Amino acid sequence: MKTILILGAGTAGTAIAHKLRRRLSNEWDVAVVDPSRTHVYQPGLVWLPFGDETEERIVRERGSTIGKGITWHRAAVKAIDTERRQVELANADSLSYDFLIIASGTEIRPDMIEGMLDKGWHQTIFDFYTLEGAKGLQKALANFDGGRLVLNLVEMPIKCPVAPLEFAFLADAYLTRRGIRDKTELVYVTPLDGAFTKPLASKTLGYLLETKAVHVETEFMTGEVDCEKNVIRSYDEREIPYDLLVTIPPHTGADFLEDTDLGDELGFVPTDPHTLAAKNVERVFCLGDATDLPSSKAGSVAHFQADLLTENILRAIDGQELEPTFDGHSNCFVETGHGKAMLIDFNYETEPLPGQFPIPGIGPLPLLKECRRNHWAKRLFRLVYWHALLPGRPIPISPTMSLAGKQLSAAAEVGGE
Amino acid sequence: MSLESVQTDADGYLANRDDWSEELAQELAQEFGLELTDDHWKVLKTARAIEIESGSSPGLRKISKRSETPIKAIYKLFPDGPAKLIAKIAGIPKPKSCL
Repeated sequence: MKTILILGAGTAGTAIAHKLRRRLSNEWDVAVVDPSRTHVYQPGLVWLPFGDETEERIVRERGSTIGKGITWHRAAVKAIDTERRQVELANADSLSYDFLIIASGTEIRPDMIEGMLDKGWHQTIFDFYTLEGAKGLQKALANFDGGRLVLNLVEMPIKCPVAPLEFAFLADAYLTRRGIRDKTELVYVTPLDGAFTKPLASKTLGYLLETKAVHVETEFMTGEVDCEKNVIRSYDEREIPYDLLVTIPPHTGADFLEDTDLGDELGFVPTDPHTLAAKNVERVFCLGDATDLPSSKAGSVAHFQADLLTENILRAIDGQELEPTFDGHSNCFVETGHGKAMLIDFNYETEPLPGQFPIPGIGPLPLLKECRRNHWAKRLFRLVYWHALLPGRPIPISPTMSLAGKQLSAAAEVGGE
Repeated sequence: MSLESVQTDADGYLANRDDWSEELAQELAQEFGLELTDDHWKVLKTARAIEIESGSSPGLRKISKRSETPIKAIYKLFPDGPAKLIAKIAGIPKPKSCL
């Protein structure tokens, strides 16, 4: 028996396990390693704080998401020995592999910011990247009656880079609905030079922040949280006061990767941007949020990578050369509040452009433009996720980006990519 | 390539990465009122190396860890927005997000 071992059964790991299982004979064991009992539909977390999503709909027993013929080792990984091709588990077992796929994702690290985990944590300071954080924030928002609501993006890279913006837009709609928008200052704090950082997005989407009266603090590198004074303080000693702090803490890869031969300083795996082979090591691949690639850490990316990496693993098994097929393709709905959303479709080379998706000239989904259809498509995607994406069934969207239907001239006009 | 002949984009970042040289970095630094020391170079070279290997301009935490320079010290070396200054002087793209 030969083994493909997949570390992590999140979006990327679960999808590729199913795809490989379908394509490989019974002489191959396809196994996933994941200590967690549940699988969370993470795009649902941005809705939860506003009461627009329920825990029941976005959390499933992991066992129900892993299909027949796939082995699930419910344990945490302790270390990887690429020489002996073995993975050591926290329960002292070890697993051998013929090919290893690292799909262990990324996690938030509030512990990396001084004071963040002091007594304000989950009292006046919340994240919405974990189920616990999003649920706590739902209660805190329900009790919020106005003041300074500060959204604090600590640093890049983060999972789902548009989520902080979506949170700001949804918060504006929620506070308006509650009748306390005029009593609330909504502040978006970013270490970058703007809430939008690409030329076309800055030009065409800046109105969203203006019309929703979201105040943006730029180039703010959060050094510490002072929960006595309720301020966040930057490394250059600027202070931003808050009544309710919604933070997106630094992200790192899995702890068993940090500062190892396989992981960089933040625990992300140096990965070939096109073949998805881990660099400088044999028989190891990486996909999803765990890579160090400049592609977005997002479910759509994990999905496209799973499609393309499946083919490369089959090539590796047959002793063929890997194909450089992945182009950084990402496809994301961006909720803008009040029942509207945008759709963005881009890759390593091409920034999000206006146009129509998926059929050029027809759509039905407009790109880089707010509309209700995009909102409903985003809401319905949860069902696609559980029933097609995770079980590795075909979804009729190309894993590589197409320029058809995109207005290339729009980027040139603002000097973009 | 000298400062007079080099092309930058609307935000002041190097338009063509091949134009970068250590001499140009010295000139760019002077424009921002900085005299580059070994400590500056350690940070700049680390940022460049990470960008070349990973394809994106790194955040300060990663630069700090690899160059073994505390973030506070990076702020002393490059006051007034180190992320921006480092990218401009090291000749790498602006740190950005997907939108």
